[in-house]
Amino acid sequence: MKKFLIPFGLFMVLIAFLAIGLNRDPKEIPSPLVGRVAPAFELATLDPAAPPFSPQRMRGQVWMLNVWATWCVACRQEHPLLVAFSRANQLPIVGLNYKEVQVQDRPQGVAVDAEGQLALARQKGGTWLQRYGNPYVATAFDLDGRVGINYGVYGVPETYLIDQAGVIRYKQIGVLTPEILQDRILPLVKQLTAAGG
Amino acid sequence: MIVELGHFALILATCVAFIQGTLPLAGTLRDNVRWQNAARPAALLQFTLIAFAYGILTYAAVTNDFSVRYIAAQSNLLLPLPYKVASVWGGHEGSLLLWVLMLSGWTLAVALFSERLPLAMVARVISVLGLIAVGFLLFILFTSSPFERLLPAPADGRDLNPLLQDPGLVIHPPMLYMGYVGFSVAFAFAVAALLSGRMDAAWARWSRPWTVVAWVFMTTGIALGSWWAYYELGWGGWWFWDPVENASLMPWLFGTALIHALMVTDKRGGFKAWSVLLAIGAFSLCLLGTFLVRSGVLTSVHAFANDPERGIFILILLALVVGISLMLFAWRAPKATLGGDIGLVSRESLLLTNSVLLVVATAAVLLGTIYPLIIDALNLGKLSVGAPYFNAVFVPLMVPVIFLMVPGGIAHWRENRLRALANDMRVPAIAAIATGAAVWLFTDRGTWLSGMGSALAAWVVVGLCVQIITRLQKPGRIAPSFWGMHLAHLGIAVIVIGITFVKGYEEERDVRMSIGDTVSLSNYRFQLTDVAIADGPNYKALRASVEVSKDGRVIEVLEPEKRKYFSSAMPMTEAAIDYGWFRDLYVALGDPIQGGAPQWSMRVYYKPFVSWLWGGAVLMVLGGLFSISDRRYRKGSAPQIA
Repeated sequence: MKKFLIPFGLFMVLIAFLAIGLNRDPKEIPSPLVGRVAPAFELATLDPAAPPFSPQRMRGQVWMLNVWATWCVACRQEHPLLVAFSRANQLPIVGLNYKEVQVQDRPQGVAVDAEGQLALARQKGGTWLQRYGNPYVATAFDLDGRVGINYGVYGVPETYLIDQAGVIRYKQIGVLTPEILQDRILPLVKQLTAAGG
Repeated sequence: MIVELGHFALILATCVAFIQGTLPLAGTLRDNVRWQNAARPAALLQFTLIAFAYGILTYAAVTNDFSVRYIAAQSNLLLPLPYKVASVWGGHEGSLLLWVLMLSGWTLAVALFSERLPLAMVARVISVLGLIAVGFLLFILFTSSPFERLLPAPADGRDLNPLLQDPGLVIHPPMLYMGYVGFSVAFAFAVAALLSGRMDAAWARWSRPWTVVAWVFMTTGIALGSWWAYYELGWGGWWFWDPVENASLMPWLFGTALIHALMVTDKRGGFKAWSVLLAIGAFSLCLLGTFLVRSGVLTSVHAFANDPERGIFILILLALVVGISLMLFAWRAPKATLGGDIGLVSRESLLLTNSVLLVVATAAVLLGTIYPLIIDALNLGKLSVGAPYFNAVFVPLMVPVIFLMVPGGIAHWRENRLRALANDMRVPAIAAIATGAAVWLFTDRGTWLSGMGSALAAWVVVGLCVQIITRLQKPGRIAPSFWGMHLAHLGIAVIVIGITFVKGYEEERDVRMSIGDTVSLSNYRFQLTDVAIADGPNYKALRASVEVSKDGRVIEVLEPEKRKYFSSAMPMTEAAIDYGWFRDLYVALGDPIQGGAPQWSMRVYYKPFVSWLWGGAVLMVLGGLFSISDRRYRKGSAPQIA
C-alpha cells in the first residue's frame, strides 16, 4: 500500500507549490538595485542657466527620482498625483526625462546634433510641464537613455526612493498610485528620516 | 433574451451533470440497474443542453450582439464571418464552454459506442465524466460566464486578437482541446476500473481506442500550434518551450506512454497498476495545463488574462479530481493481479523502459516549467527557465526512447534471447552507423549531433522495414493496427530528420534593405523589388515584394507583410514562405528604418527539411487513425473468436 501512496504524496507537494504560486505575481521583478547606491550621473537640466544635475547633490536628504517623458501616456496619468504630492513639500522630487527626442520628432533625413536635441527636449519638456504642472525641483535630460540603462529602466514611468546616503530604497515600475504612495513609500520615508535623524 | 436562454441551458446542464455523476454510480453500489440505466440518457441530455448554450453564444457572435460582454471583447463588426464563429473560443469564458461541450461530446460518444461493455462499467465511466463536468460547469457559472451582459451595449466590439485571426489558429485550439478532454475518457475508464475493484485487463482493451483518438487530436493540435508559431510569429522558430506549449507536450508524452502500456495490459495482462497510473497522470496533466494557462501563475507568450479567483477554483478542482483518484489508486491498485511472466529481454520490458523514460522526460519538462514558481514560493528569487535547460535535458532522454523503438518492435512477447534480438537488429545498426557517419563527415557543417540525428532516423526507418518484411513473410492477414504503428513510428523518424537538419543546417540573415538591394543565402538570391500599401478587411498593411532567384532564374515572388489592425496598437508580422519538400525559404518584413533613403529591416531564412516536422506529425496522426480502424474496435462487429 505504501508505495502506491507515492504518487499521491508527490501530487500534494505539487499542489502546495501551486497554491503558494497563485499568490505571487510572476511579472513583479524585484530590482537588483534596491539596497545599492544609486548610479552616479551628470546631466543637463531644464534650466539652461543651472549647472548639470548629479545625484551627489541630493546627499543628506531622502528624495524621489521620477522617470518620465512627454511621449509617455501613463506619465500623464500619474502626474497630478506627483504635482499634489510636491505641494505637500514632504520630499524633493527630481525628474529624469527619458529619451525625450524620439525618432519621429526628427525631420526626415536631417541629423540633429546633441546640442539641438537638448534644445528640442527642453522646449518639449518645458511646455508639457507648464501645461500639466511641474512637481520637480530639477529635471535632468537623459537623451540617449544611458542613465536609464544604469538604473534598469524598462518602462516609463518608474519611480525610485533614495535615502540620505544615496542608496536606492524602493523602486516602482509603472504608474504611481495614491495607495502605493500611502502604503509603501510614505512609511518608508518616515522610517528613513527617523533613522537619519 | 435569447442569450439568457443559453445561460439557463447551462444551469440545467449542471443539474443534469450532477445527476449523471451520482445516480448511475450509486446504482452500481446498490446493484440498481434502473439507476445505472440513467447514465446514457443523462449523457445525451447534457450534451444537448450544452450544445444549445454553445449554439446561442455562436449566434450572438454572428449577429454582433455586443450587449454580451464576452462578444464585445472578442468580436468586431469588421471581423470576417469564419473568425466570428471562431471568436467564440477566442477568450477564456468561451474556450471553457468549448471545453465542456467537448467533454459532453466525448461522454455522448462513450454512451453511444459502448454496446459491448458491461452496464456497470458504462455507468461508472459516464458517472466519472459527469462529475468532471459538474466541476467545470460550476467553474463557468461562478467565475467565467460567457453570457454576462454589458449594458449599455457598445456600438462595436474590441475585436479578436489579431494573432488569432488566422486559419491555422482557428482549428488549433479545438483540436488541442479535443485531445485534452479526450484523455478524460481514458481517465474515466481507469477510475471506473479502480472503483469496480476488479483490476483486470478488460478496461485496458476498452480504453485503448479512446486513448488513441485523444492522442490523435492532441498530436494534430500541437503540430498545428507549432506550425502556426512558425509562419505567424515571424521569427522562424517552431517550438519555444513556453509554459503553455509545455502544458500540451506533457500530457502528450504521458498519453504516448499510456498507449504503449495499455497494449501490454491488454495483450499480456501486465503493468495494470502502471497503466492506471499513466491514465490518471495524463488527464491530471491536462488539468494542470488548464490551471497553468488559466491562472496566470507563470509568465508566458500566451498572455491570457489572469484572475486569482479563477486560479483558486481550478486548483481546488485539480486537487479534488487528482487527489481523490490517486487515493483510490493507493487503495485499490495493490489488489491488481499480475500478468504473465515477463522476461528481462522481452517486448514487455522494452515497452516498460520506454514508458518510464517518457514519464521521466515529462517530469523534466514539468520541473523546468514550474521551477520559477517553486523558487519564488521558497523565496529564493525570481528566475526563468529557457530553451537551453529543456534542450539539455529533453534531447538526451528522447534519444534512448527513439533507440528503443526498434528492439521494442522486433522483440517477442514474454522472452527474447538477447543474442537473437541483437542478430535481428544487425541491418538497422549498420544502416544507422553508415548514415550517421556519412552525414557527420561528408556534409558541409556536419557535426556529431547531425550525424547522430540522421543515424537515429535511419535506425528507425530501416528497423521498421525489417519488421514489415519479417511480417510479410508470415501467413495471415495483417491488421490495420500493424500499419498504424509503423506509420506513426515512421512519423517520429521524419520528425527527427526535420529537427536534425533544421537545427544543423539552417541559415539566417538579418539585413537592412532598400528597394533593389539583394541578399544571398545558401544558393538563393533575394531581391527587394517593391514595398506597397495593401488593404485588408480590418487592417492596413505594408507589403514587400521579394524576388527569389536561384542560378539567375526567378523562382518565386514572396510578399511578406507588416499588418496594422485597426483594433490593436501592435503591428503584426505576416511572414512569406516558399514551402518546399526539402527546404523552406522564409522572409519576414521588419520595421522601416528611419532617416535617409527608405530602408526596411528584413529577416531571411533558409530552413532545410523544416516541413518534415509537420509531415512527421501527419504520419503519426494517420498511424493513429489506421490503428483505430482495426476491426477489433469497430462498433457492432462480432467479438473476436480466439
